[in-house]
Amino acid sequence: MHELSVALSLIELAEAEAKQAGATHIESVRVRVGALSGVVPEALQFAFEAASEGTMLEGAKLEIEELPIRIFCPHCHAEREVPAGFILRCPVCNEFCGDIRQGKELELASLTLLTEERP
Amino acid sequence: MNTPRILEVRKGILKKNDQLARGLRQRFREAGVFVVNLVSSPGAGKTSLLQKSLLVLREQGYHVAALVGDLATENDARRLAQSGAPVRQISTGTTCHLEAEMIGRALKGWSLETLDLLFIENVGNLVCPASYDLGENLRAVLFSVTEGEDKPLKYPTIFNSADVAVLTKMDLADVAGFNRRLALENIQKVRPGMTVLETSARGEQGLTAWLAFLQKQIPVSKTS
Repeated sequence: MHELSVALSLIELAEAEAKQAGATHIESVRVRVGALSGVVPEALQFAFEAASEGTMLEGAKLEIEELPIRIFCPHCHAEREVPAGFILRCPVCNEFCGDIRQGKELELASLTLLTEERP
Repeated sequence: MNTPRILEVRKGILKKNDQLARGLRQRFREAGVFVVNLVSSPGAGKTSLLQKSLLVLREQGYHVAALVGDLATENDARRLAQSGAPVRQISTGTTCHLEAEMIGRALKGWSLETLDLLFIENVGNLVCPASYDLGENLRAVLFSVTEGEDKPLKYPTIFNSADVAVLTKMDLADVAGFNRRLALENIQKVRPGMTVLETSARGEQGLTAWLAFLQKQIPVSKTS
């Protein structure tokens, strides 16, 4: 359960980015989480809600885009999506291949920001 | 309040850890020390393998040291220090993994230049340490014969983040009814092409291959 550590890092990064962009509120946060990132989306969602209290992200919506594993199959010379699970086998030719092209992401993709207008 | 606007960020959430890890990796390179991060479930035999490795490597004239992470106690550091090698305990409190920042702090005052190999024994945990780069040159995942052949299938992420798998307690393989072929197959399923070393910290069975593997990694400038 390191999702709380991840949520704290996410909040720190999002606040810094939002402040730098001159925003006063963050309406929503979009993150990309790969199947091999080691992060469980439900646990991150839960940790985010708890950790965001009292920050710029309190009440903000966390949207998690889950990315499946994609490998490059040297036999087919093509990138393939691995069907659900973690067995790194090409779904077309059935060969095992460890050349991972997607699935390790743990990234803050974008923020929806609001800026309070001064009277 | 004005209309909402979208700010594209596209940055790693663990960016801060990754940056610190990059800094550490550069420091290790400049010092000419090879750094190994040992990860496994609790009780897989990290400390026993390390204890033996430190002892034998020291006898062979290598300069080795270790950092060891646990939630609490200095027991492992005491065990490892018996080898005569410099050892520091990192007590993480409630944190279930080591982070680059903890490594940086634990290394304060150490002259890395005098070392050939530095081991980092991570907190026993097959989940969380996968996400945290410590600036190491090699990540070894340990897998003991008493754990069940399907461990790699259950914890694919850590196997995928590691460079090499080390089977431990091989001296118990027969007693435990360990199916070696199945275990190796399972490793290859989640990490095709992964190097696997078979070891036992007791009886020195297979320790030679593990140590020879490590010795090959030491920067050439140090071995001359």
